[in-house]
Amino acid sequence: MYDGWKIIVGLIVCLAFFTFPFFYDAGKAAKAPEPVLTPKAKEAKECVAPGAYMKRYHMQLLEDWRNTAVRGGERYYDTGNPTWHLRVMDKIADATASAGERLYKSVERKVYYKSLQVTCMDCHSNKSKFCDQCHNYMGIAPYCWECHIEPEEKK
Amino acid sequence: MNFILGIIIALIGVAGVILIPWIGVGAFDMRILFGIVVPYAAMATFFVGIIVRVIGWARSPVPFRIPTTAGQQWSFPWIKPNRIDNPRSTGGVIVRMLFEVLTFRSLFRNTRLEYRSAEGGPKIDYEWEKWLWLAALAFHYSFLVIFLRHFRFFTEPIPGFVHLLESLDGFLQLGVLPVSGLGVPSVYVTDMLLLLALLYLFVRRIYISQVRYVSLPADYFPLLLILALGTTGVLMRYFIRVDITAVKTLALGLFKLSPKAPEGIGVIFYIHLFVLSVLVAYFPFSKLMHFMGVFLSPTRNLSNNSRMVRHVNPWNYPVKVHTYEAYEDEFREHMIEAGLPVEKMPEKPAEQEGESSEGEEKE
Repeated sequence: MYDGWKIIVGLIVCLAFFTFPFFYDAGKAAKAPEPVLTPKAKEAKECVAPGAYMKRYHMQLLEDWRNTAVRGGERYYDTGNPTWHLRVMDKIADATASAGERLYKSVERKVYYKSLQVTCMDCHSNKSKFCDQCHNYMGIAPYCWECHIEPEEKK
Repeated sequence: MNFILGIIIALIGVAGVILIPWIGVGAFDMRILFGIVVPYAAMATFFVGIIVRVIGWARSPVPFRIPTTAGQQWSFPWIKPNRIDNPRSTGGVIVRMLFEVLTFRSLFRNTRLEYRSAEGGPKIDYEWEKWLWLAALAFHYSFLVIFLRHFRFFTEPIPGFVHLLESLDGFLQLGVLPVSGLGVPSVYVTDMLLLLALLYLFVRRIYISQVRYVSLPADYFPLLLILALGTTGVLMRYFIRVDITAVKTLALGLFKLSPKAPEGIGVIFYIHLFVLSVLVAYFPFSKLMHFMGVFLSPTRNLSNNSRMVRHVNPWNYPVKVHTYEAYEDEFREHMIEAGLPVEKMPEKPAEQEGESSEGEEKE
């Protein structure tokens, strides 16, 4: 080889860059997050939208609530008349869902007061064991709490 | 090759790459294959492939210095040399390579040849052309930032630079569409830049006739493949969202060598992953190897010291030479006999001959 050591050093640097995730914290087994439901949430059984939808799109529903409530003055949400987004995503989920299995089941018809602090955090009053579980795992810092007040948690 | 045929071949390839996981996971639920086996196989192909290719390049000799001399060579003390564009030392070469790798300097020098008629005759113009450089720079840096941002899926705990990149990248805090419900998550500038740059590079390839003429399916295919990669990524982030904690479980499983393919991620993720796997596996066999090749370009990484250092061609084999001295030693007697001039007179036996012959001649 010509200029062999230079090329080999370069190759090693390149491979180290690409295999970095293999060596980063290699010993530790990563723990998947386990968001905990409060007894009240368990009892309610259903959220404002199907669980699988909420898992993926809760931020988009909350954004829709914010816009319609704050700018449109619509403070109540009827689950029988879901957001356009939920309807569209429902159709897309239908189209892309695994064979024969429908991702979402619609929730019972009910009217909710649109409010993060009053409605959402009423059931999910355990922010650190519910919201933060996945958010920390994925390194997400949602800006909800720049304006809203975090619920006090009983220890 | 007709360029339409070239695009069609590339399109069929990319469509196949999208359809295979769509059917495989969507219809047959082959999560183990597309979530674990294919990514590992792709990674193995990538690493082995680039090592083999780079070693192959390293084995080819570079007998002489062939740097492009884009500046004044170092010569006399009163002539100002250009130490970067015509480097004479390793330091200059390093600076030159840094400019080349980090800022694509040779693309920056791109000009466009144009004919125009002036004063009744044709004239040649070299037009300023920076768009290729700009799009290439936007594309490559966006790709780098996107790759580094993905480390939030690959690592636990997430290193600090990922958070820094995310906050800088998403600083616009704009939604993907000004529609209620699509204001979050906020748009990453690099996502949009990457797609725009790719579109520009694709259109440019078709629009400029000379570039179109030299384009082959191997040029369109990676472009369309990366476009598919970016599009599925953008779809997955803003429109058809997936369960990202399950995605991270899968990704971490791959890197911690305890692979899992959790349920309920969504087909779009497997399409994204398969497109990436194909791209990664395609790397060592394609023009994409320029990411290693740029470091080994002899017109950039050699110093221009031909006039200071002797470079011996490494494949020079030892030539068996027959010098004139040896020739004369071998044939001296015959030469003298034939009356040919010789450089060295034979001492003893030739002296007698010489005496007699010279004597005869003299007499």
